Order: sequence, then C-alpha cells, then structure tokens
Amino acid sequence: MRLFRIMRILRTALRAIRRNPMRTALTMLGIIIGVGAVIAMMEIGSGSSNAIAKTIARMGANTLLVLPGAATSGGIGFGAGSSMTLTPQDCEAIIRDCPAVKSAAPLVRARGQVVYQDRNWVPMSIFGTTADYLKVRDWTDLAQGEIFTDKDVRNSTKVCIIGQTIARELFQGSSPIGKEMRVLNISFKVVGVLSSKGANMMGMDQDDIILAPWTTIKFRVGSSSSSSSQGSSSSSSSTSSSPSQLYPNSQTSLYPVPSETQAMDNPQLARFTNVDQIVTAANSTAEIPQAIDQITALLRERHRIRNPKDDDFNIRNMTEMTNALSSTTTLMTKLLLAVALISLIVGGVGIMNIMLVSVTERTREIGLRMAVGARAKDILRQFLIEAIVLCLAGGIMGIALGCGGSYLVTYFLRWPTETSMAAIVASVIVSASVGIVFGYYPAWKASRLDPIEALRYE
Amino acid sequence: MELIELKNICKTYYMGDIDVPVLKGITLSIGKGEFVALMGASGSGKSTLMNILGCLDHPTSGEYWLEQREISKVSADERAYLRNHKIGFVFQNFNLLARTSALENVMMPLSYTREHLSDSEVKQRAVELLNRVGLNDRLHYEPSKLSGGQQQRVAVARALINNPSVLFADEPTGNLDSKTSEEVLKMLQKLNTEENITIIVVTHDPNVARHTQRQIHIHDGLIVNGQTSQGGSQ
Repeated sequence: MRLFRIMRILRTALRAIRRNPMRTALTMLGIIIGVGAVIAMMEIGSGSSNAIAKTIARMGANTLLVLPGAATSGGIGFGAGSSMTLTPQDCEAIIRDCPAVKSAAPLVRARGQVVYQDRNWVPMSIFGTTADYLKVRDWTDLAQGEIFTDKDVRNSTKVCIIGQTIARELFQGSSPIGKEMRVLNISFKVVGVLSSKGANMMGMDQDDIILAPWTTIKFRVGSSSSSSSQGSSSSSSSTSSSPSQLYPNSQTSLYPVPSETQAMDNPQLARFTNVDQIVTAANSTAEIPQAIDQITALLRERHRIRNPKDDDFNIRNMTEMTNALSSTTTLMTKLLLAVALISLIVGGVGIMNIMLVSVTERTREIGLRMAVGARAKDILRQFLIEAIVLCLAGGIMGIALGCGGSYLVTYFLRWPTETSMAAIVASVIVSASVGIVFGYYPAWKASRLDPIEALRYE
Repeated sequence: MELIELKNICKTYYMGDIDVPVLKGITLSIGKGEFVALMGASGSGKSTLMNILGCLDHPTSGEYWLEQREISKVSADERAYLRNHKIGFVFQNFNLLARTSALENVMMPLSYTREHLSDSEVKQRAVELLNRVGLNDRLHYEPSKLSGGQQQRVAVARALINNPSVLFADEPTGNLDSKTSEEVLKMLQKLNTEENITIIVVTHDPNVARHTQRQIHIHDGLIVNGQTSQGGSQ
C-alpha cells in the first residue's frame, strides 16, 4: 500500500519533470556542474595529493633504519650502532617475514680515497649493499648503465655504481661506464651512474656516493687479507673484523667489541658476518608502525631476546618527514573539502532559483491541483520529490561529467588523477540532500499558495 | 434535505483597515439533480460565492451544509478532501496540464484520493469518462492538439472522475465560440438529465443561463431572485 503510494508520487514527479525538458535541463545543469566539479576536484586532488605523498616518500619518509645496539666496555658506552649484532640473514628474514616492509637492504660502510687516472676524490659515502638499496631509497632510475645484480653480491664482484658528483669529479664528462677505478686501492668496474638526487634534508650531498655489493666492500675492501673468492654471504669464515679501514693493512677497529659480561648476558652464535645497518622501507607512511613492530618481533626472535630491555638493535624512522607528509595530506584533504562544499552550495542555490521560478511558472497548475483535492502537504511533497529526483539525476550525470573531466585532464595534461569511490557515493548522498535542503523552500512556498489566487494567476 | 444549504453566509475581506463585505447574508438551497445558473455582474460576489460553495474558501459567518454536514469551519486539509470527493470543477480557461495527454489529465485528481484504486481501474474509469464526453478517439492527445471545445470536454471528464455530488462550472463557455459553447452546454444538460448530476454554472451570459433550470441572480452580495424556472426567461 505504502509502496504503491510512493510509486504514484514518484510517477507524478517524473511526469512533471518530463513535461518541461528545457526547464528540467536548466535545473539539472546547476547540480550537474556542482557534482561534476566536486568529482573532478576530488579525483584530480587525490591524485595530486598522492603524487605529493609519493614525492615526499621519495625523500625517504618511509625509510626505517635498523641499527645495531650500543656496546659498552667497562662501563663506557659507545653510542648507537657500536655493537655488531645485525647479520645479512636478518635482512633476508625481514624481507621474507615482514609484510609491512616493501624492501630491505644491508649496508656496510667504508671510507677512503677513490682514484681514476690522475684524479682522486674522497666520497662522502662508500656503501656496500644489495640492489634492493635503490628500491628502499626509491632511486631505481639510473642515469646510465645498470644496477649490479644479486649474483654480483654472491660472488663479491668488483663492480660499483657511482653518484653524479663522483662521475663529475673523476670522469669529467666522459662516460664512466666500463671504466676501472680504484676504491681504497681495490680496482672496481663502474657499471652504472645514479640519477641526480641532490642534497638531503641535512644539506649533505647524496650524489657523492659509491654503491658496491656489500660482500665486496666487506671482504675485499674491508679486510684485504681475505681476498679469496669465497662467495656465499652465509660463509662463517669471516671473523667479526672491522668493517672499514681508513688505510690498508692498518687494523684499526672502529667499533668496540661487546664486553665479556655483555656477551655472557646475550649469548649468541659467536661467529657471524655482521653488517653496519639494515635500511628498510615500509609500504606506506601509514604502515610504518606495523613495520616497526614486525621488525622488532622478528629480530627479537632471531636474536633470542626475551626482555625488550636487552634489545641489541634499534629502529629509527623519519618522524619529522612523516609528520610533514601527514600534515600535507591533511591540508590537501581539507582544501578539497572546502572547494567541494562551495561548488555544491553554488549548485544548490542554482536549484533553488530555478525551482522558485518553476513554482511561479506553475502557479496555475498548483491551483488546479489544489482545486481537485491536493492538500498543502501533497503539493509540498510533490515539489520536494521533484527537486530530489532532479538533484539525483543531475548528480548521476555530474558523476559521469566529473569522471570524464578528470579522465580528460589525465589524458591531455598528464595530471595524476585517482577515481575515488568515496567521492562518488558522497556526491550522490550530498546531491539528494541538496535537493531536500534547497528544494524545501520553493516547495513550501508552493504549498502555501491560496488555490483561488493561484487559479486566477496569469 | 437538500444537497446544498446555505444559511446567512457572509464573507468580508479585510484589506488593511478597510473591511470589504462581499457577501452580505446569502441563504440558498439547491437540491440534488438541479441545473443551476449563478448569475451576476462582475464584482457582484458570484465568484466569491462559488469559491465558498466549491470549498475553496470558507465564509466569515453563516452555515454551509453539504450533504447534511456543516462544513463552514473545517480545516484546509478537510476542505481538500471534500473538493476531491464531493466536488468537480470546470474552469473558463480549462486549466489542463500542458504536455500531458487527455487521459492523464483526467486521471490526475485520482492521485490525491485516499482510496487505492489499481492503475488499471483508474485508467478504465478515465477512458469511460472520455467516452462519455465523446473523446474516445483523442485519449492520447495533448491539450495543445485539441480544440477549445474538446479541451473543455476533457476538463468535464476530469471533474467527474471522482463521482462528485456537485459539478461547478465557472464561465465554462467564456473562451469558446458560440457553436462549441452550445455543444458543451448540451453536454452538461445531457449529464444533468441522464445521469442526474447536480450542476452549478457561474456565468454572466444569459444565453448560457438559458440552458439551465434555475437562475440565481446576485447583486451586491445579496440574492436578488432565486426562483426555479424552466426555459429561458430572466
């Protein structure tokens, strides 16, 4: 019974809408443009917002550094990263077992002179790592050549990738690819040149870098004595030697060994290959906390640590950058919301105007309907439903227009856009609400007409 | 008991400080099946009287009995209900919905009834009525495709869709030429005599009044002469 009445009211509204296609089109135009603008803004906006987030993420906002814990010797602490507890196997396990981690790479540092022909240079960083390092840093696009492979890592091949600064300083414009240069007196073949990344947030030149397989840096550069071509990283032949040397053959240990007591407190396999740190990247900014939890749990299990106090590693994230990222995203969202609201209000006022004109234009019809028995609330309902139907129809067309518009923007301007289901659902709801809110006044006005005067209206 | 009984109906419009009395005590009764003409010059109050009779307006004072029910003080919604169920209107300018077929125009009042007729019943009734006014071949024509006489006949069919007790026609031939006027009046006469429908025609045209059984003259808000008369004399 109820359904039947609703159907009848709806049909009356549809009939009235169909009766004047021009007016209907004009009424809907307001909402079509309003909703279309909202959808297009949301799609273009969320695309841009994502692009900004990606750009900031490229700066390393999602990067997590896993550092070995602090060693103490005779009551003297040596600061973060001074004990040797992280292994390349830890890194492999992180990649394997932590779903929130996008990629991870071990890092072995060295420092020293590089020489090519008659030129020399001391790079800011000489890193031994795997190819995944570039994934972590979001730096996979090389200017020339290619990245070294996992096979190079296994075989400790003497290959390296160099940053733009080194290419400029040592090779002076000629292509470095395939050239041999000496890093701490070991000869390396240059296989690739990184793209330029500029300075980091602390103002350090990130292009002043040499990347090589970590096994090569660890076993060939770090301790030139172990020059045998032992391959696999799981080899236990390497003792816990110092990872880098300023001068060849000088056995200066940069990192203090854990004290006896400490070693007793944290019993571990005595011999293993350590790395200086593990760099990882979380899937997204939002997943950083999960990534930290997963890595912590994994490393505790692998290092057999029960008590969190005894952690022999610590994890650092880029809080400052993450905050910048999330505040940028929030700001973008608020901006979009404001723009969307304004355009919907403009659309709603348009609807109200045309509905008011329509009420005036249809005064006689309203008078007639009242004369044949329509109550004031019947008239109110009829006009309200007309407004809602118009707004919903306009809303649906607006969605098509908005999606089409943002597609065209992507197609012609190459702007990033992103289809947002939430925006579509929201605009359907909002356009119906706009119909109710802005349709109510004209409908109320229609229902207040005096039938006698309405019938006489010319 | 008569169909319509008016007892000392007064209607005063208040325009700012000035009271404008339009009806000054109308007492009138109209029986079932009568065909009445309500006559008077413009400004005499005949339109106001028709609005009150048609439940479009309520009197300032006095009693209005329609089918043994006093309705001079009922609410607006109740009046709408009465208009829907007891009263049919035919207007001078037809007042058909534009770009809407004759059939849908006739069906329109049924969308405000509280009874729930199925779609097919509604349609069947409308077709029947259009047949009765001789428009069975124009069911799906829009008003703009119909002549004035045909439009007025659609309006008559619309007025009859709810089986009203009384049919009001406000200058039904005012916009028609004399030939079609004659046709429409003949049709009203036929409805009156064959189906015993009570019809009240508001007019200032003696030629229209001639077709009715009884003329009621109104002058300055009072009934001058309300006798039953057969034939044509004024």
